[in-house]
Amino acid sequence: MKWFITPQELRRQGVVGMNRRNTQMIAELNPRSRYPLVDDKLQTKAVAIAAGISVPELYGVIETNHDVRHLPAIVAGREDFVIKPAHGSGGNGILVITGRVGEQFRKASGLLVDLDGLKHHVSNILSGMYSLGGQPDRAMIEYRVRFDPLFGQVSFQGVPDIRTVVYKGYPAMAMVRLPTRTSDGKANLHQGAVGAGIAIATGVTGHGVLHNDIVDQHPDTGAPLGGIAIPGWGRLLELAAGCYELTGLGYLGVDVVLDRDLGPLILELNARPGLAVQIANGTGLLGNVECIDARAAQAALGPADRVAFVRGLALRE
Amino acid sequence: MRRLHLPLLILLLTGLSLGVFYHKVWNLGFPVLPAQTTDNWTVEARVAFEPTGGALTARLFLPHEPPGFALLDEHFVSRGYGLATGMGADNREATWTTRSPSGRQVLYYRAAVYQLQRSLRTQPEYPGPADVPDLEEPYLSAAETIIDQVRARSADITSFATVLVRDMLSAADENMGLFVSGNASERDRVAVAIELLAGARIPARMAHGLQLTDRGRDLQPRTWLEVHNTREWVAVNPNDGSVGYPEHFLVWWYGDGDPVELSRARNAQVSFAVSRNFQDAVDTAQQRAKLLNSRVMDFSLFGLPVQTQNMYRVLLMVPVGAMIIVLLRNVVGVQTFGTFMPVLIALSFRETELLGGVILFTLIVSLGLAIRFYLEHLKLLLVPRLAAVVSIVVMLMLALSILSHRLGIEHGLAIALFPMVILAMTIERMSIVWEEHGAGDAIRQGIGSLMVAVAGYLLMINPYIEHLIFVFPELLLIVLAATLLLGRYTGYRLSELLRFRVLAGRSKS
Repeated sequence: MKWFITPQELRRQGVVGMNRRNTQMIAELNPRSRYPLVDDKLQTKAVAIAAGISVPELYGVIETNHDVRHLPAIVAGREDFVIKPAHGSGGNGILVITGRVGEQFRKASGLLVDLDGLKHHVSNILSGMYSLGGQPDRAMIEYRVRFDPLFGQVSFQGVPDIRTVVYKGYPAMAMVRLPTRTSDGKANLHQGAVGAGIAIATGVTGHGVLHNDIVDQHPDTGAPLGGIAIPGWGRLLELAAGCYELTGLGYLGVDVVLDRDLGPLILELNARPGLAVQIANGTGLLGNVECIDARAAQAALGPADRVAFVRGLALRE
Repeated sequence: MRRLHLPLLILLLTGLSLGVFYHKVWNLGFPVLPAQTTDNWTVEARVAFEPTGGALTARLFLPHEPPGFALLDEHFVSRGYGLATGMGADNREATWTTRSPSGRQVLYYRAAVYQLQRSLRTQPEYPGPADVPDLEEPYLSAAETIIDQVRARSADITSFATVLVRDMLSAADENMGLFVSGNASERDRVAVAIELLAGARIPARMAHGLQLTDRGRDLQPRTWLEVHNTREWVAVNPNDGSVGYPEHFLVWWYGDGDPVELSRARNAQVSFAVSRNFQDAVDTAQQRAKLLNSRVMDFSLFGLPVQTQNMYRVLLMVPVGAMIIVLLRNVVGVQTFGTFMPVLIALSFRETELLGGVILFTLIVSLGLAIRFYLEHLKLLLVPRLAAVVSIVVMLMLALSILSHRLGIEHGLAIALFPMVILAMTIERMSIVWEEHGAGDAIRQGIGSLMVAVAGYLLMINPYIEHLIFVFPELLLIVLAATLLLGRYTGYRLSELLRFRVLAGRSKS
C-alpha cells in the first residue's frame, strides 16, 4: 500500500474532504438556526417523539448543580442507564452504566465507579466540560439500549450503532460503528471504534475501518466484520431519511441503534457527520451525492421514495 | 451572482490594495525594502547685488521637476522683500520686490531635493519641428554641409545630436570652424549646436544645472544640451556627445538666459552651494507625500505616537500569522489546540526568541499538564479547575523566571510575556484530548500547535514582511483577500492524502 493517495485519485473516487464537507455540505445545506435541534439531544428527543419516531426512554434530566442530589432518586431501581450531556459532541461525556455491584456502579468498560463519581461526572456535564463551546449544559439520564445480538460477535462492550449519512433526505451512505476495547464502549471512530461499511441496497456489511486503516476482523473479538445482514434495513433507512423532514438539515448523520426488544431507535442526530464512512465503504460520497442532486432537483419525494431511489441506484451499478 | 460575489470581492480588495501600494511606491517613493536611505541634497542659491535706488525687482529661476530628482522642501530667505513664485516661459521663477533697499542685498533660496530612481517629470508635448534659422553665406552653405555630413553618419535624432557635438569638439572641419572656435565655452558650443540642429529642424534647448558634490561651495552651473526626439527631451553632453545626465546632476533652468535678472541693481552675483545628507527613505517619502498634499498621508500610521506605532508594528503582523494558520489548518491539515492559540504563542516568541520560547513553552505545558492530571483526581468543577490551572501556570512562570535569573539565563525572564490564560486553556484542552482520545492525539496536536506557532513566528519576525506590512498597511487587504479565497477552498487537505490512502488503487465500485 502506498503511504499517500494522489488528489487526482481521490477526486476520481469521489471522496469528499473536510473542506468540501464544511463549505458545500454543512455551510450550504444546514441552516444554522436548525442546529440547536440536533445539538441539544433533549430537543431532538422531543421532536422525534412528536413525529412518532422511536427513541430511548428518558429517565430524567438534571439541569443545575443543586439538582444533582436528585440523581440517586432518578437511578433508583434501575440496574443500568446512560448519563449523557444534552449538548455533547463526538460521544464525549457519555457514561454507560451496565449494572450495580453493591453501592458501586459498573461502567461499560467493567471498571467500578461510586455515586460520588457519578455526581462528579454530572457536575462536569453541567459546567459545560463536554459541550461545544463550553456553555453550561444539562445532563440526561436515559434508557441503556440492550443491543441486538446481531453485532454481539463484532463489538466489545458498549452499544454498536448504525450511522447513516442522509444527504438532502436521501440516505447516501451507511456504516455500523462497533465499539472496541480502546474506544471504552463508545461507538466513535476517532476514539478507536471500528466502522464497517453497509451496502445501501442490501443492508449487508462489508469490510471495516479502524483508525483510517482497512480491517476485515474486529480487533478484540477477531470475528469477521463482513456479511452481516441487518434485519428491517428498508425500514431503518426510511427512519433515517425521515429525520430530514424532522430537522431540515441537508447533510445529516443519523445514529440508529438496534434494540433487542424495541427494534431500531434513533440515538442521536449529528449536523456535522464525519467522513470516515467513505473509508468504511471503500468509496467516496460524491458519486451518490451527484445522483441525488440530480434527482432532488427533479422532484420532492417522500422518505420511502427517496430510500427506493437510492437503493435502486446502488443496484444499478 | 452569488457565485461571482466572492471572486469580485477578492478582485476588488486585491486591486484596491495593489493600487494604493503602487501609488505609494512609484509616486511617493516609499521604500519596498527595509532600512533604506535616500540621497538627499540641500542646494542653496545665494543672490547678492547692490541696489541703484528706487523700487527693485529680482527674478531668480527655480528648479522645476528636475529629471532624476524630486523636490522635498524649499524656502526663501529674503527679509523685507515681497515674494511671488510662478511659472515663466520656460522656467519656474521667484520674483522678489522691494520699495527702497539700501546697502548690499543678499537673498537666499534653499531647496531639499532627493534622488529618484526614475524621472517624475511630466513630459511636455513635442514642440514641433524647429524653425530653420536665417543664415547668410558663407554660413548657410557651411551649415548645410555639416548637416548633410552628420545626417549621413547618424541613425536618429539622438545620434544626430551626438555626432554633431563630437564634430564640433574635433573642429577639424573648416565648415565647423566658421561656427565654433577651438576654445569656445560650453555655453557657446551648446548655442551653436542648437542653431545647427534647428537647421535640421530638430528642436533643442539649453539646460543649466549643478553637478552636486557634498559640501560644494561656489558651484558653477554647467550647460547641457537637450534635444527632443519627438517623444521626450534627451540630454546630450556638450563635452563628449554622450547621452543622458551624469549622476547627481540637478537641472536648474532652461534657456540661454541668466539665472538672475535684476532691475535697478548692479554687481549681481549668484552662487550655488550644496550639502548632502542621508535620510531614512520612509521619512523622505512622507515629506514628499506631504508636499504633494497626498490623501495617503492622512491615513498613515506614521502620524501616530511612536509607542502606538510600535504596538501596531506587532499587531499588524497578526493577520499574516492568522493566514498562515488558515493555510496550515485548511490546506495542510495540521491539527492545533484552539484556532488562534498558535498566533498568540508566536507573538510571545518575539520576546523570548525561538529556542528559548519553544523550551519554555514545552516546559510550562508539560509541568502544567502533570499538575492538571493531579487536579483530575480532586474532581473539581470546570471553572474552579481552570482558575486553578491559571494560578499554577502563573506560579510556574514565576518559578522559571527566578530559576533562570539565578542561573544567569536572561531569556527565562521573557517568559512573563507568555499569554498565561492561553497557556492555561491549552493545558486544559490538551488534558481533555489526552483523556478522551489518548496520549498520541494529545501529543500530536501539541506538536502541531507548536509547529504552527514556530512557522507563524518565523514569518512574523521576517524584517521584509514586517516592513512591507507596516509601511504599506493596505497590503493587509491582500491578506484578507487570500483568507477569503481560502475560505472557499474545497479541495483536499494534504493530511487527507494520508487519511484516505487505503482507498488508493480501488476501482470505483
